[in-house]
Amino acid sequence: MDFTLPKEYELLRRMIRDFARQEIAPLAKRVDVQEEVPREVIRKAAELGMMGVPFPQEYGGMGAGELGYCILMEEIGKVCTSTATVIGAHTGIGAMAIYLDGTPEQKKKYLTPLARGEKIAAFALTEANAGSDAAAIRTRAVRDGDDFILTGSKMFITNGPIADIVSVMAVTDPSLGPRGGITAFIVEMDWKGCSVGKVEDKMGIRGSGTSELIFNEVRVPKENILGQFGAGFVTFMKTLDVGRVSLGAACLGGAQAALERSIQWAKARTQFGKAIVHNQSIQWMIANMATEIEALRSLVYRTAWMVDTGQPFTRYAAMCKLYGSEVASRCISQAVQIYGALGYSRDVEVERMFRDARIAEIFEGTNEIQRIVIASDIMRQEGVRISP
Amino acid sequence: MDFSLNEDQRMYVKMFEDFCANEVAPFAQETDHEEKPPLKQLKAASEQGFLGAIFPEKYDGAELDMISYALLMEHLGKACVSTALTINVHVALVGSAILRHGTDAQKEEFLPAMAAGEMIGAFALSESGAGSDAAALRTTAQHDGDRYILRGSKAWVTNAGIGQLLLVFARTSEEAGGKGISAFLVDVDTPGVKVGYREKTMGLRGLVTNTVYFDGAEVPAERLLGQEGQGFAIALEALDLSRVGLSAICLGAAEAALENGTRFAVEHEQFGGPIAYKQAIQNMIADSRAEIEAMRHLVHFAAWLADEGDSRLRTQAAITKLICSEYAMRIANRMLQVHGGYGYMKEYAIERIYRDLRAMEIAEGTSQILRFLIARDQFAPHGISLRP
Repeated sequence: MDFTLPKEYELLRRMIRDFARQEIAPLAKRVDVQEEVPREVIRKAAELGMMGVPFPQEYGGMGAGELGYCILMEEIGKVCTSTATVIGAHTGIGAMAIYLDGTPEQKKKYLTPLARGEKIAAFALTEANAGSDAAAIRTRAVRDGDDFILTGSKMFITNGPIADIVSVMAVTDPSLGPRGGITAFIVEMDWKGCSVGKVEDKMGIRGSGTSELIFNEVRVPKENILGQFGAGFVTFMKTLDVGRVSLGAACLGGAQAALERSIQWAKARTQFGKAIVHNQSIQWMIANMATEIEALRSLVYRTAWMVDTGQPFTRYAAMCKLYGSEVASRCISQAVQIYGALGYSRDVEVERMFRDARIAEIFEGTNEIQRIVIASDIMRQEGVRISP
Repeated sequence: MDFSLNEDQRMYVKMFEDFCANEVAPFAQETDHEEKPPLKQLKAASEQGFLGAIFPEKYDGAELDMISYALLMEHLGKACVSTALTINVHVALVGSAILRHGTDAQKEEFLPAMAAGEMIGAFALSESGAGSDAAALRTTAQHDGDRYILRGSKAWVTNAGIGQLLLVFARTSEEAGGKGISAFLVDVDTPGVKVGYREKTMGLRGLVTNTVYFDGAEVPAERLLGQEGQGFAIALEALDLSRVGLSAICLGAAEAALENGTRFAVEHEQFGGPIAYKQAIQNMIADSRAEIEAMRHLVHFAAWLADEGDSRLRTQAAITKLICSEYAMRIANRMLQVHGGYGYMKEYAIERIYRDLRAMEIAEGTSQILRFLIARDQFAPHGISLRP
């Protein structure tokens, strides 16, 4: 056992941390208020390779694997959850689907500009009546000669308003259901019939646009089938598995930032003639936060190692997302409590962090779904099949 | 023992329900989204006598007992937490202090005007350096002939921006702790009083909370409330009552959260049926329902102690507020989770309720201070005198 991070990853972390501090952190409040991550920031991040960290260099990526990608998400998650969400939806799920199941041609054509950050990706699965029950989607893709005609609408799509390339899941054979009846497609948003629908007004991650995507008889060539025909559900679930690890890393960053702010404030704030850190109530909060954060850190980086070494990791990815989102929410709520009334003010970062953190317990599979994934995986080994 | 409401109380409940349904609930979303002070709700409330809810009839009050007042706050809290808190500060913090400690002349001057809504009361206790440690306040009131000269500043003054009447706590002697503090009724238009920055908060966006500056403001001696040096005791007594009101607001908001969550669980279908059929959802609903019933009994018991003039109220109000604020927050958190992605969107009331309730574990005594008060009370008979 050796838990030392290889030298090159230490350097990567330092590079990302510097960038996050200098270029992202100063804008975090503006990103929340103006409801936008400036394209300039994305461009600068792309120049450093940060829009394609886990992808191979031959496709424009950094080639730093899941480990490098988790480092990225942790560091960005520390300073701005909106920016982490934009990068996460782009890299961790939108482009990831193409990386995992795309043909060499598709990777060359689509993954390369995405990994370089020249184009932005999104991942379009959820619909109005298909959230946790993803297999209930109704968006249809009907064969027409060598093409498919795609019709339907997707909801709550992160990066929806800014995406150029979208991985879309659609029903290709309603009689078959998720096993064989659903196919993934790569869709370019400037194709005829693609449009952005309602943009959501959210509690937090306000700099990360969430919208409806509408597909009105969009002609998709068959070369844009992603993965095997009829196996779209597998492609998407596999993608979400990977995305959950890095989402856990972003939560780790958020929790760590909450701890750091709590420590600083507890040292600085005086009540009853002494710094509040001298109260055991505050010490316990800090001790609990630090303990949970260390447990989360071990879980996230061990799971990243499992991904990079080709081991089965589905259960552990779900744990990263489940535990990560809950630890982040808990830590940030305690940071608000340590700040007292000031923590409720939009003039301090912990207020924004509190609103931002809450979504991680919901998106990319609610925590209820994560528990189903974990329990199913455990019980499968016991010969028991669980249905949701 | 009799747990039933009396005839008057039952009649009031009907009246509160109608009032809230027509005059408060329909405006809750715009109050939050537009950060609008609830002026029209206050006007409607004044017409019903709610702004003088617990004042005697001879001061144009509705002369409600505290149980009825708690029922009013519960219903207001269910409809709009911002409006409910605005009224609770006006009635239970400021009004009750005048009612208990005011001279006849003060009562005649202020209570009818407050009941009519011509004057809204604001409570000025906290300072930037004196939050949980309220007795550390540094605003001074220098006695000079027939007047006092106020100097200093107050933070988080609820209603200052919409109120005419400030209940200000200031130091009249150098005596340590609470002993040197006196209470004053200060007209907001007094030269030398400046209402400053309105806090931008996570939730409670209809509540108007400001910093207030006193720069040599001259206050006539007859505006001293109670005796010199009695101010801190007046503040604590007012807080006892307002904590009952605030707990009732938490109860109402939790009920609203549960109603919203229940409705969503019935209407939202996943995996072939309403999510109400999922045990994970049922448990969240059941825990919330159970906690709400516990909250209700705590609120009614504390209100009854207040009506009886029972000295147990001090600790019981702290217990009630601690439990109700923490339960309400976790109920809102669960019900938001039941909503899934929808719960994160501003269109849904649960998003607002969740943000609103996060203040309750902080305002009018943080959970940490309340635990201290409860523990101190518990240890006192054992010869242990706790200091914060």
